Amino acid sequence: MASLIRCPHCGPRPREEFTIRGAALKRPAPDASEDAWFAYVYLRDNPRGPHEEHWHHNGGCRRWLTVARDTATHAVSCVQDAGAS
Amino acid sequence: MTSYRLPAGGRVARGESLGFHFDGRPYAGHPGDTLASALLANGVRLMGRSFKYHRPRGVLTAGSAEPNALVTIGEGGRREPNARATMVELSDGLIATSQNRWPSLALDLGAVNGLLSPFLAAGFYYKTFMGPARAWERLYEPLIRRAAGLGRAGEDSDPDAYEKTWAHCDLLIVGAGPAGLAAALTAARAGAETILVDEGAEPGGALLYETALIGGKSTDETLADMLAELAALPNCRLLSRTTALAWYDDDVFAAVERVRKAPGGPAERLWRIVAKRALLATGAEERPLVFGGNDRPGVMLAEAGLTYARRYGVAVGRRVAVFTAHEGGLRTAKALAASGVEIVETLDARRGARVVSASGGRGLVDCEIEDGGRRRRLQVDALLMSGGYAPRIHLACQRGGRPRWSEAHSAFLPPDDGLPFVCATTLADALDEGAARGAALVGEIGRKAAPAAFGAIDGDWTPSTDKPLWRVPGSRGKAFVDFQNDVQADDIALAAREGYDHVELAKRYTTNGMATDQGKLSNLNAIGLLAEARGVSPAEVGATTFRPFYTPVSFGALAGPHRGPHFQPVRRSPLDGWARRRGAVFVEAGLWMRASYFPRAGETHWRETVNREALAVRGDVGLCDVSTLGKIEIVGPDAGLLLDRVYCNGFAKLPVGRARYGLMLREDGFIFDDGTTSRLDDQRYVMTTTTAAAADVLRHLEFCTQVHWPELKVRVVSVTDSWAQMALAGPRSRALLQAICDADLSNQAFPHMSARAVTLLGWRVAARLFRLSYSGELAYEIATPAGEGELVAEALCAAGASPYGLEAMGVLRIEKGHVTHNEINGTVTPGDLGMGRMVSSTKADFIGRRMLAREGLQAPDRPRLVGLLPFAPQAPLRAGAHVLREGDEARLENDQGHITSSCYSPHLNSHIALTLVTRGEARHGETVQVWNALKNEYARARIVAPVFVDPAQERLHG
Ligand SMILES: [Zn+2]
Repeated sequence: MASLIRCPHCGPRPREEFTIRGAALKRPAPDASEDAWFAYVYLRDNPRGPHEEHWHHNGGCRRWLTVARDTATHAVSCVQDAGAS
Repeated sequence: MTSYRLPAGGRVARGESLGFHFDGRPYAGHPGDTLASALLANGVRLMGRSFKYHRPRGVLTAGSAEPNALVTIGEGGRREPNARATMVELSDGLIATSQNRWPSLALDLGAVNGLLSPFLAAGFYYKTFMGPARAWERLYEPLIRRAAGLGRAGEDSDPDAYEKTWAHCDLLIVGAGPAGLAAALTAARAGAETILVDEGAEPGGALLYETALIGGKSTDETLADMLAELAALPNCRLLSRTTALAWYDDDVFAAVERVRKAPGGPAERLWRIVAKRALLATGAEERPLVFGGNDRPGVMLAEAGLTYARRYGVAVGRRVAVFTAHEGGLRTAKALAASGVEIVETLDARRGARVVSASGGRGLVDCEIEDGGRRRRLQVDALLMSGGYAPRIHLACQRGGRPRWSEAHSAFLPPDDGLPFVCATTLADALDEGAARGAALVGEIGRKAAPAAFGAIDGDWTPSTDKPLWRVPGSRGKAFVDFQNDVQADDIALAAREGYDHVELAKRYTTNGMATDQGKLSNLNAIGLLAEARGVSPAEVGATTFRPFYTPVSFGALAGPHRGPHFQPVRRSPLDGWARRRGAVFVEAGLWMRASYFPRAGETHWRETVNREALAVRGDVGLCDVSTLGKIEIVGPDAGLLLDRVYCNGFAKLPVGRARYGLMLREDGFIFDDGTTSRLDDQRYVMTTTTAAAADVLRHLEFCTQVHWPELKVRVVSVTDSWAQMALAGPRSRALLQAICDADLSNQAFPHMSARAVTLLGWRVAARLFRLSYSGELAYEIATPAGEGELVAEALCAAGASPYGLEAMGVLRIEKGHVTHNEINGTVTPGDLGMGRMVSSTKADFIGRRMLAREGLQAPDRPRLVGLLPFAPQAPLRAGAHVLREGDEARLENDQGHITSSCYSPHLNSHIALTLVTRGEARHGETVQVWNALKNEYARARIVAPVFVDPAQERLHG
């Protein structure tokens, strides 16, 4: 797990300022299939390797961020505002 | 007792004496001593007992890897168990106590375990303590815990302060030996912000005892020059007594500093150091030799013997032998002799001279030597051994990389060559490599640095190329690999024979490397022995995993200031003073301190107070602090649209000046939170959340606006702390409020569920007024700027409102069937709470819409909210108690639901409860049993509608 997260708004900050929500999934359209909704709410991959997650900078700018990290190496490759993607 | 202090030499202040006690006996040492060096100077060799066999043990090292000389320091709240005597700086009045012995260190009855050793071999825990699982709890575990364990932790509160801090630097150097100092000088001279940490009381590492000359100067002189220059460089910070514990991702390091006590200062400081670059100059650990009796007090590592002589001016014995398996040991022997230590013989295993056993009960008396095929005895009181060196690679491996075996070094090296790690085999190497690495690392961050140079070395070490000797051939008796955990060479062989020959399995089977020293001295020998047993190279065996921390850390350092009242922040309401002045009894609710009830003189029981407060609300008027509710302002042209999507009921058409109750779902269809939202003007809403879910709701709204629907023109912000909020409830509430409010509060002008800005107290206070009722009475919620809340609360109380607290509020809401998170427990739907019809069937989308439609969440046999009235009105119904059909046994399959909230209702003169019961809405009137599993009590009760007072809702519309 990374020790410092480079928030695009606040710069490098200790990970304790952030909370992790989980995989960065796109909310299905309201009329998407039941399977799509079920997958969105309940089904999670557990990848080894690159993984995108939603992190909240709750101890800082309070923006939601999309953090791309490698679950095997812990390397964080990209942090961007979740609304920007 | 005669002194073992050498006539001259050492860095201790011989002119000054420090008195200390060990096991109740007084001794004296000097400033600069460790507890270990001072005890050795006083002729004390026996310092501890081993973990399993309670073997007498003396000091083995002069540093932080010490496995044997573990003592308890201090008394009362400052009592610190398992302190390494080699790391404890001597101070005047120090009190040290030996551990793991009874009744005394010299006579320890636990040593009988040694006689049982054939039964206590590797895997004995697994083999011995088989049998019924229940026996673990009752028999085995207490037995093991009593027999094992080292020092005991103190039970008093620690009076010392601890603190935590961050530091940032260009270059962090771990280890202030020759390499680290050379790197620090190089980097700091070039202007880099440099932090140099060292776990010793004095920086210098090998320079503190080394005999070589550097550029013609002694190491003492060289070290003094280096430290003087570093001290003069403002961009260099040298932290001694600071152990680098961990290397985390992103070059963040943890270190703990044992602070020199100053009045009011901390005992320890936990550092987190963010370094642009880092250099590990952590040196090497000498390897013990494995032969019978290698744990006798008086047997120690050769370099430790040299350190005691040169740094502390202490001879480790009067007749000392050196036993080495490599070239470097011969040099150590010469350096010892040159320092005034009587070396009676140097045994070189490479030439066939070996110690096969060492004897002596509480201290070494003699050794059995095998020399050129002949056996003889050698009388010595100290035996210094050296099996070679292994670099300290712990920090370099903590992030998961596997160390690599180097045949050339006979040791494991860091996972890859790219890691900034100094692996030097001579003093010249150490200085050169340290300087070169320092220059290169600051070069990477744009600073040009010239490697520091120190001149030629006279009398340098000879790099050793000797093959390692994992076990001395012909060894007799117990030959220890892990001293602290009493793991012998035979245990490793046994583990291999019994199939536990994987390095991680062998570790756990034998417990090698699992003591407080984490195998700093034993792991390499254990791997070597395992490799021999399997007939493979140590490379194939591999090393066990290195994890933080490098050495044990006190809980005090980890907790820092966050203990006692500072464990977590305390939130106090803006009306806190108002409540205190009225004698409120407070209760912790999350971080909040909330007024629970307001006892009056003569009231003898809290329920008497609560009954009075609740009756006052229904009969007259009461005032309650509701400032802890979450308050979120939602502003923007799309604010209504956002509300429409986050609540399951409709909000888009809420007119200005109106409030509405809303249910917020999670995406899985269950209720997340409830509250009211009021529209203050066209584009401004204020939402209230429950106290408990305030932070979660804000986070949820931020997620919705930033991630789900970033296109919405809306902003949300928490204003919880900006507003004081109070509920004024009861038939007289309008009259009281009208007297201080400028606006018309008549039922026509300001009906139930209205919201508007008002001024109070003759235009002094700009407030927000909501006509909301949680109690079911005619009621208002008044929000004022936080600083003006008490003014308004005092005015209302002066006009006759009686304060009521959280308990009475709970009674009032249970009487009305209003829910809280007792009911909204994460498993209920709007329908379960009787609010199914609130859920919009016309909105195309809201959070939770799709999953709420699932069959299971709409099933007819779901639990439904009902009320319960006991047949014996004075017998309490307990929250958590289960509901069963009459005559049914208390079994899971008979469960009909459980009580979520209960209280005594002073209006019904009966206990009442809210309950989730299967198909509850169709069972009003049914008699059930209530089973309280905690006390195995049964009570009969009748299912009723979950509204006990004013079901027609006439009071709140009045
Ligand atoms: Zn931020």
